[in-house]
Amino acid sequence: METKWFTPNKEISKMIYTSAGFVTFIVVLGIWSLLSYGGFVNPLFLPTPTAVLAAAIELFKSGEILSDIGISFSRVLTGFLVAAFIGIPLGILMGSLRIMEGAFEPLIGFIRYMPASAFIPLLILWIGLGETEKMAVIFLGTFFQLTLMVMDVTKNVQNDLIDVSYTLGAKNFQVFTKVILPASLPGIVDTLRITFGWAWTYLVVAEIVGASSGLGYMIMQASRFLQPEKIIVGILIIGLLGLITDILFKSIYRASFSWMRKDGY
Amino acid sequence: MVAPKMEVHALDSQEKIVPKIIRPKLEIKDVGKIFKTKSGETTALEKTSFTVEDGEFVTILGPSGCGKSTILRIVAGLEESNSGQVLLDGQEINGPGPDRGMVFQSYTLYPWLTVKENITFGLKLKGVSQKERDDLARHYLQLIGLEGFEKHYPIQLSGGMKQRVAIARALANDPKILLMDEPFGALDAQTRTIMQEVLLKAWEESKKTILFITHDVDESIFLADSVYVMTARPGRLKKKIPITLDRPREFSMKSSVEFGNYKEELLSLIREESLKSIK
Ligand SMILES: Nc1ncnc2c1ncn2[C@@H]1O[C@H](COP(=O)(O)OP(=O)(O)OP(=O)(O)O)[C@@H](O)[C@H]1O
Ligand SMILES: [Mg+2]
Repeated sequence: METKWFTPNKEISKMIYTSAGFVTFIVVLGIWSLLSYGGFVNPLFLPTPTAVLAAAIELFKSGEILSDIGISFSRVLTGFLVAAFIGIPLGILMGSLRIMEGAFEPLIGFIRYMPASAFIPLLILWIGLGETEKMAVIFLGTFFQLTLMVMDVTKNVQNDLIDVSYTLGAKNFQVFTKVILPASLPGIVDTLRITFGWAWTYLVVAEIVGASSGLGYMIMQASRFLQPEKIIVGILIIGLLGLITDILFKSIYRASFSWMRKDGY
Repeated sequence: MVAPKMEVHALDSQEKIVPKIIRPKLEIKDVGKIFKTKSGETTALEKTSFTVEDGEFVTILGPSGCGKSTILRIVAGLEESNSGQVLLDGQEINGPGPDRGMVFQSYTLYPWLTVKENITFGLKLKGVSQKERDDLARHYLQLIGLEGFEKHYPIQLSGGMKQRVAIARALANDPKILLMDEPFGALDAQTRTIMQEVLLKAWEESKKTILFITHDVDESIFLADSVYVMTARPGRLKKKIPITLDRPREFSMKSSVEFGNYKEELLSLIREESLKSIK
């Protein structure tokens, strides 16, 4: 044991860092194995890792899960893209123009506390059970948070940075496009990464009610037919997809904002 | 009938002389500022008047909170005054503009732009051609002693380097006056003295008018043609002290008797005000 592992904020080697994450995974897997193989819990509640693995192989072999993944992914993506498309410009305006903040912050701040899932019955009444309704749930689940987070990011742009731009001859519009936007871009990409993660969590909610396809639907069906291993496969896949998109956003961030790092890489 | 005619004639001849009289670069006339806050009104600046000549290096020295930044921000057009007016080349200023460059105490380089792109930011806004921008960037990089750093990003620079780039960026824009609000305030003592020499070199080369705020007495003397001392809050001009040390200034002058005399005078003026502000 090295003492520096337990010194606050102290850097440790990359190897130790990665190993620590690995150990946590092994421990969780170990507890799961112990409980299931050891017969401590009913396999109807917690199937063994091998049963889950077998179910996964089966689902991928038959190919049905692939179409579920595709459908779910497109729902998440469209709902999220629409939210980002409106939320980013609105958030930037709210963060930099007091009048826009005054106009929208109270309303959005209020709606964001209304659970998106509670809107589902209303959405079904309004737009039926089709794809639009699923995307609308994702949209409602992410749009308001995303907009407020972008607003905060924009507000945090250093005031002197804006002031100095005026003394360099920038006009209002140029301050938006050449200063506020590039200054808040890293924060915006990070906001997208975080809210995209939430979009996945709203997916299941959207697909549990009135869906006939998708990962959430598959999970519901498996529950109905008492197939816990299928449920776990579904959950793991959603988790993996979320993780992959998270890594994707992180690499976009790394590639786009090398100016934030001293070594420039 | 004869007398009035003579008067007209006299006025005429005077008018011909007027263009030859150098009028002050910057005229601050009865400028005052009151901030309204939750806890009431703060008079940041009492009605203050002063002038800065063309090509003059003026430093403003005053205790903390006496309204130095406020004055500079009003001249820059970033803050509106409650009274009076500011004239630059005889024209009343109205909002911020590229004719008044500014350097802040905080680091204000655009972190996503390289050193060169930072220096040419204002030029690009003005629509200056790529070639001219390149030439100007090269010139100012050399002036501040940062050749070879044009492709660096601000995060890769030390505090002193960042401020040098900020000065170059303001100068490259060719403003009529350069406003500097404690630009070296966050730097260590050694870097500070080097920065003072870099700035003087840039000033001598560019012949700019500079209005420079500091609360470092040595700095105010070393740089200035005139030091303006301000009173404690609510601030107003207390005294103007012309500095007649030779130009170009040398580091060794800081230990001269003359410098010492200025320092003594300024320190006692400032001490008086600082004591008042504590009470
Ligand atoms: N935006 C503002 N709102 C309210 N009060 C303000 C504002 N800006 C400045 N003040 C007040 O006005 C007074 C003068 O402020 P100013 O920043 O001009 O002082 P300063 O001389 O630059 O001080 P320092 O040496 O600390 O930089 C202070 O009392 C300050 O609290
Ligand atoms: Mg100040």
